[in-house]
Amino acid sequence: MSTLEWEARLGPEGRRGAAKAAPRRTHSRLTDPLFRWFVTACGAAVAVAMVALSAVLIASSWRAITTLGLEPLRTIPWSPTGGEYGALTSLFGTFVTTVIAMVIAVPLALAIALLLVEVVHPALGRVVGTTIEMLAAIPSIIFGMWGIFVIVPLMQQYVQPWIQATPLGRLGLFSGPPLGIGVFTAGVVLALMVLPFITAVSRDVLKMVPTVVKEAGYGMGSTTFEVMSKISARYALTGIAGAVFLGLGRALGETMAVTFLIGSDFNTLPRSLFDPGTSISSTLANTFNEATDPLHVSALVELGLILFLITMVFQLVAQLWLARARRMSGTRA
Amino acid sequence: MIGRRKTVTVAALLAAVALVALAVGGCGSKTGSGGRPADTIVGAGASFPFPLYSKWGEEYNAQKGIKLNYQSIGSGGGISAIEAGTVDFGASDAPLEASELDAQSLVQFPMCVGGVVPVVNIEGVGSGALKLDAATLADIYAGGITKWDDPAIKALNPGLSLPASDIAAVHRSDSSGTTWIFTSYLTAAAGDVWTLGANKEIDWPTGVGGKGNEGVAASVQQVSGSIGYVEYAYAKQNGMDWVQLQNKDGKFVEPSLESFAEAAAIADWQKTPGFAVVLVDQAGAATWPITGASFILMQKENSDAARITNALDFFAWAYRTGGSTAKELDYVPIPDSVYSLVEDQLWSQIQAGGAPAWKK
Amino acid sequence: MSAPARNDTAGAARDVGAAIAAKPMRARSVARRRLVDRLVTGSAWAAASLGVFIMGWIVVTVVVRGAGAINWAFFTELPPGPGGEGGGLANCIVGTLVITGVAAAMGIPVGFFGAVYLAEFGRTGRVATAIRTITNVVLGVPSIIAGMFAFAILVRPLQHYSGFAGSFALAFIMLPVMTRTAEDVLNLVPNDLREAALAIGAPRWRATLGVVVRSARGGLITGTILAVVRVSGETAPLLFTALSSPYWMDSLFGSGGFFGGPTANLTKTVYDYATSPYGNWQNLAWGGALLIIVAVLGMNVLARLLFQRGKEWH
Repeated sequence: MSTLEWEARLGPEGRRGAAKAAPRRTHSRLTDPLFRWFVTACGAAVAVAMVALSAVLIASSWRAITTLGLEPLRTIPWSPTGGEYGALTSLFGTFVTTVIAMVIAVPLALAIALLLVEVVHPALGRVVGTTIEMLAAIPSIIFGMWGIFVIVPLMQQYVQPWIQATPLGRLGLFSGPPLGIGVFTAGVVLALMVLPFITAVSRDVLKMVPTVVKEAGYGMGSTTFEVMSKISARYALTGIAGAVFLGLGRALGETMAVTFLIGSDFNTLPRSLFDPGTSISSTLANTFNEATDPLHVSALVELGLILFLITMVFQLVAQLWLARARRMSGTRA
Repeated sequence: MIGRRKTVTVAALLAAVALVALAVGGCGSKTGSGGRPADTIVGAGASFPFPLYSKWGEEYNAQKGIKLNYQSIGSGGGISAIEAGTVDFGASDAPLEASELDAQSLVQFPMCVGGVVPVVNIEGVGSGALKLDAATLADIYAGGITKWDDPAIKALNPGLSLPASDIAAVHRSDSSGTTWIFTSYLTAAAGDVWTLGANKEIDWPTGVGGKGNEGVAASVQQVSGSIGYVEYAYAKQNGMDWVQLQNKDGKFVEPSLESFAEAAAIADWQKTPGFAVVLVDQAGAATWPITGASFILMQKENSDAARITNALDFFAWAYRTGGSTAKELDYVPIPDSVYSLVEDQLWSQIQAGGAPAWKK
Repeated sequence: MSAPARNDTAGAARDVGAAIAAKPMRARSVARRRLVDRLVTGSAWAAASLGVFIMGWIVVTVVVRGAGAINWAFFTELPPGPGGEGGGLANCIVGTLVITGVAAAMGIPVGFFGAVYLAEFGRTGRVATAIRTITNVVLGVPSIIAGMFAFAILVRPLQHYSGFAGSFALAFIMLPVMTRTAEDVLNLVPNDLREAALAIGAPRWRATLGVVVRSARGGLITGTILAVVRVSGETAPLLFTALSSPYWMDSLFGSGGFFGGPTANLTKTVYDYATSPYGNWQNLAWGGALLIIVAVLGMNVLARLLFQRGKEWH
């Protein structure tokens, strides 16, 4: 139908409305490509930022990379005024706190996700789910303050001595003076910080399991746990792996809470979980501002680059797995 | 209308931001050269004198309206900052050698003398109750003594009941002049036990790190059974428990303004190049063994005359009238004779924009 | 065995049956299976309770310790010196508002239009998928690295710290958050609306901005609030950029100004004061923490309520 015929059918108000809405063709020929170019540019901004960040990190750490080579990855004392750049303490601390956090958080998160998806009444599930998500919203610095003023004394006076009194205490892993602050406390608080992320993503992934299959399981008399572990898990495994990796990435980069709690020991590797240590992010937080020797600054940026690369790898893997999980369940990837 | 509500919201937000910017900009005070307000003196460095500089800054602001913005980032940071030129003055408790001063074209002058004090957090032990000497203190930090009821500590404290708990030795995690003073003392008085040298940063074999004097004090407050070393003002202002130390004469002394002044009295300011006196482990029945001076560093060549003159005015005021405030916080003020030397010999070397910045 | 497609009921039943046939079930007692199930479900309840308990513990701690610091002086006075009495965090509150506001002005529009690109023009293209992946990756960049980025571009070349550098770091963090949230919201708008707008001849930009965005505006506002809230509690990006200051921002470009020097802000100041030994400063830090947590959690709840209302519309 031509525009004229269409307008004839509209009647007077309709014609006025149509006249207002009908644009002049000259406009869209210019503005549409402009608009498209503009939003594409905005979309590309994040890519540009990413490239810029990578370039800046590499350029600023170049001096350290070429001067120090692999020394930071192999040696221990981090004493830049003495010319020593052993990053092993930072790397080790990041690794250990992350492992502790994951060991504690992943089982808890999966259990809570199971609860929210399978067991609990939807209304209660919403409340519990929202509360856990709020935990994710609490800023890191508050976790740090709560950690050092409330948890550390508890750790020092009750939890750590208690652990040492049990058979676990005979392991070298739990030896050493109970200081309260240290790698263990930092890992525990870190676990509480990544818990909500893993829970939320796992819950979404578990929700994507087709109800039909679960009902088939229930119909045969499986218990909730069996449905979860034998049926849902098969569907959700890739997605849950993605969730875990997301949490991992988050734990690796966490700064403030860890800085409060880890004890700032740059020069000795923690021999036990109760020892103080340092992580990449807390080394950066503690020392970056006071460094002006160019090699020192460059070495610190190199630490940042290492952290950036590790988190990027984990993020990419997590994205891959989550995309695959979404594809398998039929949702748009 | 298409998107009118959104346009209005955006316009309102922009207007708000613009208003804030105008208000903030409109409150700008008198500017020095280059459009930067000259009524703020920017300094950074040692946390050792921070309580004093902060108090001085408040009083000076009340009297003259000029603000002091001092960032307590540690002596190492202060040295770096002034060498990079990002501040008007740097502060360090570890004096620079004459050669480095020349190489970096800096002047260095002392501003106050204070005492580094071991503080403890032990159940049942009050302030001044615990007695230590250089060897035990060194051994604690070297990791040789790990429990409070160690025989070496008990030998010095026969009447005191010490718990059988672990020692947490808190040290500085940042580059620190206080560490330099403390380890200079350990090296001088217990060189056979303390082998890690005297430096702003040490490869501590054990213990927990705290950032700045503030961080060490906070850590000692938080960790039961800990020991740390802080400038006396931090211990006093926060009601912490300090330790009696055995000085060179074999007497056990408590930290106090008098014991710091005794140590400061031996300083030969005139003869020491760069005023870099070392006051640790001095003779005298009442001297505090870990006393040290804190220094100001300034560039010889500067661009902004107004700011440098403001800074020097502040230091002159501190030298001439800040003594009583210093004593209130248990810092020993620098003698007038030294001030004259500093003014004549050093401040004449400070240039700004080609001309000397300081007129008497 | 790979997971089958979503609605393949028959296939699913076949697979379950095959699994049973392949591994014949051992004659485990029903009681034992039920015990295992109860144990696991019980621990799941315990885990959930733990999560809720921790949340409550943190909030209660902050409220109890911070409430004593909140008074009129807290909102109007400048911070005291070390060991001083009284004072407040007025300049820090204003500073955080300004820094976050400027960051939002930079990050929200770019993030929003980027989401428009992804939702309108880039549903399936390779470029769009790449941008989506990069957005997700940037979401995961540690905030301290964002601070380092801002330091390298804005602090080191200009040789001074600035509040603006802090805003830049926060905008970097905000950008992918806004893009992701906005894209999700825009995707919820049914295609019919888009097609209707285009059918009556509206140009692309009008169809998108006037119709699609308008109908999604509840969700977009939510997304903005969430992005702003996410960065307002961040400390690490401000460590090397805005630092903090005990004074009011007194100009734009001067050494006490937003672009010219360290700018007071709540999070860095709370960090400095919480790690100090001074009782008064620690008290102020708790007050600041209370303010932060009220703002963050309050905005979160607000955003959720708005989003619920927005969702009902669809």
